[in-house]
Amino acid sequence: MLIFLARRILSTVPVLVIVALIVFLMLRLAPGDPAAAIVGDSGTSENIAKVREQLGLNESLPVQFVRWSGRLLQGNLGESYFMKKTVVELIGQRIEPTVSLAAVTLVVTILVAVPLGVVAAWRHGGWLDRMLMGFSVMGFSIPAFVIGYVLIWIFALHLQWLPVQGYQRLSQGPLPWIKHLILPSITLSIIYVALIARVTRAAVAEAMTEDYIRTARAKGISEKRVLMRHALANAAIPIVTVIGIGIALLIGGVVVTETVFAIPGLGQLTVDAVLSRDFPLIQGITLFFSVVYVLVNLLIDLSYLVFDPRIRY
Amino acid sequence: MLSKRNLKAVVVGAMLAIGVASAFAQEAGKVLRVVPQSDLKILDPIWTTAFITRNHGYAVYDTLFGVDEQGKVKPQMVDKYTTSADGKTWTFTLRKGLEFHDGKPVTSEDVLASLKRWGQRDGLGQKMYAALDKAEAVDANSFKLVFKDTFGMVLDALSKPSSNPPFIMPARVAATPPDKQIDDATGSGPYIFKKDEYRPGEKIVYLKNTKYVPRAEAPSGTAGGKNVYVDRMEWVILKDAQTQANALANGEVDMIEWLPPEQYTALKGNTSITVDNPIPKGSFALHLNHVIPPFDNPKIAQAAIMAINQEALMRAQMVHKELYNSCASVYPCGTIFASDKTGYFTGKPQFEKAKALLKDAGYDGKPVVLMYPADFALLNKFPPVMAQLLKQAGFNVDMQSMDWPTLVTRRAKKDPVDKGGWNLFITGWGIADNMNPMFYAPLTGNGEKGWFGWATDEKLEQLKSDFLATADEPRRKELATAIQQRVYDTGIYAPIGEYKPLTAYRKAAVSGVVRSPVAVFWNIKKN
Amino acid sequence: MPAGEAIVEPLPPPRRRSLLKRILADWSVRVGGGVLMLLVLISLAAPWLGTIDPTAIDPGSGNLLPGTRGEFNSLAGDTFEHLFVMGTDSLGRDIWSRTLYGARVSLTVGVSVAVLAVVFGMLVGLLGGYFRRLDSAIMRLMDGVMAIPGILFAISLVALFGGKLLTVVVAIAVPEIPRVARLVRSVVLTVREEPYVEAAIALDTPTWKILVRHILPNAVAPLIIQATYVCASAILVEAILSFLGVGLPADMATWGNIMAEGRAQFNQFPHNVLFPGIFLALTVLAVNILGDGLRDTLDPKFNKRGG
Repeated sequence: MLIFLARRILSTVPVLVIVALIVFLMLRLAPGDPAAAIVGDSGTSENIAKVREQLGLNESLPVQFVRWSGRLLQGNLGESYFMKKTVVELIGQRIEPTVSLAAVTLVVTILVAVPLGVVAAWRHGGWLDRMLMGFSVMGFSIPAFVIGYVLIWIFALHLQWLPVQGYQRLSQGPLPWIKHLILPSITLSIIYVALIARVTRAAVAEAMTEDYIRTARAKGISEKRVLMRHALANAAIPIVTVIGIGIALLIGGVVVTETVFAIPGLGQLTVDAVLSRDFPLIQGITLFFSVVYVLVNLLIDLSYLVFDPRIRY
Repeated sequence: MLSKRNLKAVVVGAMLAIGVASAFAQEAGKVLRVVPQSDLKILDPIWTTAFITRNHGYAVYDTLFGVDEQGKVKPQMVDKYTTSADGKTWTFTLRKGLEFHDGKPVTSEDVLASLKRWGQRDGLGQKMYAALDKAEAVDANSFKLVFKDTFGMVLDALSKPSSNPPFIMPARVAATPPDKQIDDATGSGPYIFKKDEYRPGEKIVYLKNTKYVPRAEAPSGTAGGKNVYVDRMEWVILKDAQTQANALANGEVDMIEWLPPEQYTALKGNTSITVDNPIPKGSFALHLNHVIPPFDNPKIAQAAIMAINQEALMRAQMVHKELYNSCASVYPCGTIFASDKTGYFTGKPQFEKAKALLKDAGYDGKPVVLMYPADFALLNKFPPVMAQLLKQAGFNVDMQSMDWPTLVTRRAKKDPVDKGGWNLFITGWGIADNMNPMFYAPLTGNGEKGWFGWATDEKLEQLKSDFLATADEPRRKELATAIQQRVYDTGIYAPIGEYKPLTAYRKAAVSGVVRSPVAVFWNIKKN
Repeated sequence: MPAGEAIVEPLPPPRRRSLLKRILADWSVRVGGGVLMLLVLISLAAPWLGTIDPTAIDPGSGNLLPGTRGEFNSLAGDTFEHLFVMGTDSLGRDIWSRTLYGARVSLTVGVSVAVLAVVFGMLVGLLGGYFRRLDSAIMRLMDGVMAIPGILFAISLVALFGGKLLTVVVAIAVPEIPRVARLVRSVVLTVREEPYVEAAIALDTPTWKILVRHILPNAVAPLIIQATYVCASAILVEAILSFLGVGLPADMATWGNIMAEGRAQFNQFPHNVLFPGIFLALTVLAVNILGDGLRDTLDPKFNKRGG
């Protein structure tokens, strides 16, 4: 068991190295001189040369990579060109809104998608199934920002139930915090619900065809218990897997949703960074999100042990 | 396992906790929430002429003199001043009780250091310091400026309302070389910049400076008493015009500093919102880069200027006819120096003539880079129209999207286009900027020492010096007209049109917005 | 399918004629494919469907409501009458024209990305699946690329290399390659063990022939299915990139750009966002439904993957 754990955790290391390499190369291959961008207006050639020296830009690429990774491991992600703060500081400032949004979205998604998928599988082939799956296809075809604007129009402007934009930090009170997160999380969760409902339906439907289900039914167990305890439990692995893969979708969706609802999180920071070509910031955020993705998937793999004791690696 | 009873208790307890927490989450004091015209990334109002930074400057700094609504210079930090008989020596005494936010008193050393730094960046400041023999402290509270010859615009310079205003900073901060940005926002103004809550892209926070001693007079323009009636001012960054309007309509913010015209009709019709016009007039201009090709050739620069269609450009940006008008003069139409002697420039497009000029000058067809601040609601309709107009005139155009703070930084680059340089951009000015040729930052002909664009025109600089040397009104008018002609001949920049800047705020919540040529935030009351 | 009858068939190389008939008979393929065909035709026929130059600006005709008939005064100086079917944006550009020409861009981007992702994914998957020594390294590389969220990758690439069509296509395609590669690799791994492949190896058939003749045909069906999903996703991602301001140049008529421009006045003039939004949703929906239909007819075992 421990060997399995150790092996699985170690297997993330090469992936992280590759991510770091890709991100590093992306930025080093960018046209333009990062030293000149940092030095800015007072662009005397001595200043630029000095900064190049400081950043180690005159060394060979592999040496630069090693140095850069070294700094990375020490938690130094560099300094933003424009905002005069370290990347780590800026990420720290903006992380709460994004995490809040992601967490609420995840909760909403699971609470909606799993039951939807189970019901669809239960009524497999029937009109309810078709309708739900139809909605699900629509869910990942309509762009999130259109949904967002329509929701704002209806719920914030006409009905005035919810705020139009912005984010309230949790420290200002849980009620305003959740109020500001309702519309954004609904917007963001739609595509996620669509995806997970589909997979849940497929996995549960598949599980329902297994022999042990027939046995359970033969034993006289109620359909509800059959669904919940047997089919769903066995479908848990594919569902959880998709949640993990869906994190990538979630991160992408966060960028758009934060823009529509003016939530000052990492997504907006990314857009700002890109619009101002603030490369250290772009680099830092990409790395951060990738690491999160890798770790989440690691956790999910480890959670298989809980769901299926038969698994041994 | 949670029994049903336990579960109920937990839920009730949680709801109580939420309720209590919400009650405690009320903020203390009055907070004024303003949506500023753009994000504030640069804190140095001497390094940049960007209005957002200038507005920040007016919040945290104070000035020696101010300009009231009628355009008269009034003392602000200065208590009294005297001029010598020959007019060459000016002695100023500061008011008592002026303190910086760190508790240290404002001394003449601070004043002189600040003025010196300003004098190295600002066009009028440069002229003033060139004419200065010496600037020295008399004692901790007074200082004198001794000129080689009479300098006709001393008070105009020290009260300059718009970019760059000569804000007074602590001497240690003013010691920063003028081509580097300061990072310490300590000033002696009515607001204090709250550095630990500064989140660029999200929020900028100012606190009332409780130790500030305002003048007794009523506020008018940038002069008079700068009383602050709120405890805290927050600049909430909202980039999307629709989001700004929604937030104002919903009460989530109190004021939009600069209302995008597309929201004009919607907000005008909203009875709970006041759409106001505290800054009387502004203008827009197309600025060209003269240190790299092709606009280093005046003929090509003229061709670009001939592509301007003021009506189309202004209509695209301002939408409503009551909010704009054309004006071919580089000075605001209706003001003292405005003149219709504009040479080839009419404000109407002259595509054939432009094409002919391009052929004549041997334009190589390389695309000109037009910087496009896509997120800045007050400027982002011009570039697409300008790009098409330039194409009609025979240019190839590369319109590059970026955000406004990036544009402001990038326009400082003198590099060629393939190394991140630029050829053209459009920006807005206030009436305070271009009503006098000596005030207008981009009106420079001293090459690389001048404003972005760095045009070289010795005749222009000579005319400016002549203007400074005389106080005779008719002579000044003549010179102003000659200056205007030089601008068009060299193709330094060209006006795109004039407009009424609008502010919107919640009727019930906000009052006391000052009539001023620049956006100022004192005197505003919040209910 | 009645519950209790899960018949999982091994996937044989598709035989042409009867398969095609089956595909075309499937309801999803007909609907999805039909709508898509219609969109392609409309976008190709754009110049004859009452459109004007999609980039032509007329500030005087700004924010016209859908259905207005008015005069268009172009910046070049000519004037003509025009029916603004879907209204105009704030610069007076005709949304109907921009939407139709925008369809060309979206469809081009979608198909290009799909082709690119499939070709490269197939190459990588074949290499990894067939050559055991390369497999581990290649799969680690693919894991690394997959770990970087697609939108962030695309945004960063566009930020670095500019918003040209090629850059955008590559930027959207690269994050899709790992999934395709994995797909192909799993097919290769399965088929490699089949007797006829072993026989071919024993007969000293050159590797490339084995790959092309025996292994590749098995991958065709899943690749086509995956390609449709990639296409749908690419169309959406391009719209998102343009909407955020980090996609194709702002003066180009793409659905995302139209919506980005219309954001600022959504409350008063929602037509700017809704019309291209509807087209976008319909297109993506059609492609997704087509993909579903293909998946149902080509590979029933595929029900496990959610797309």
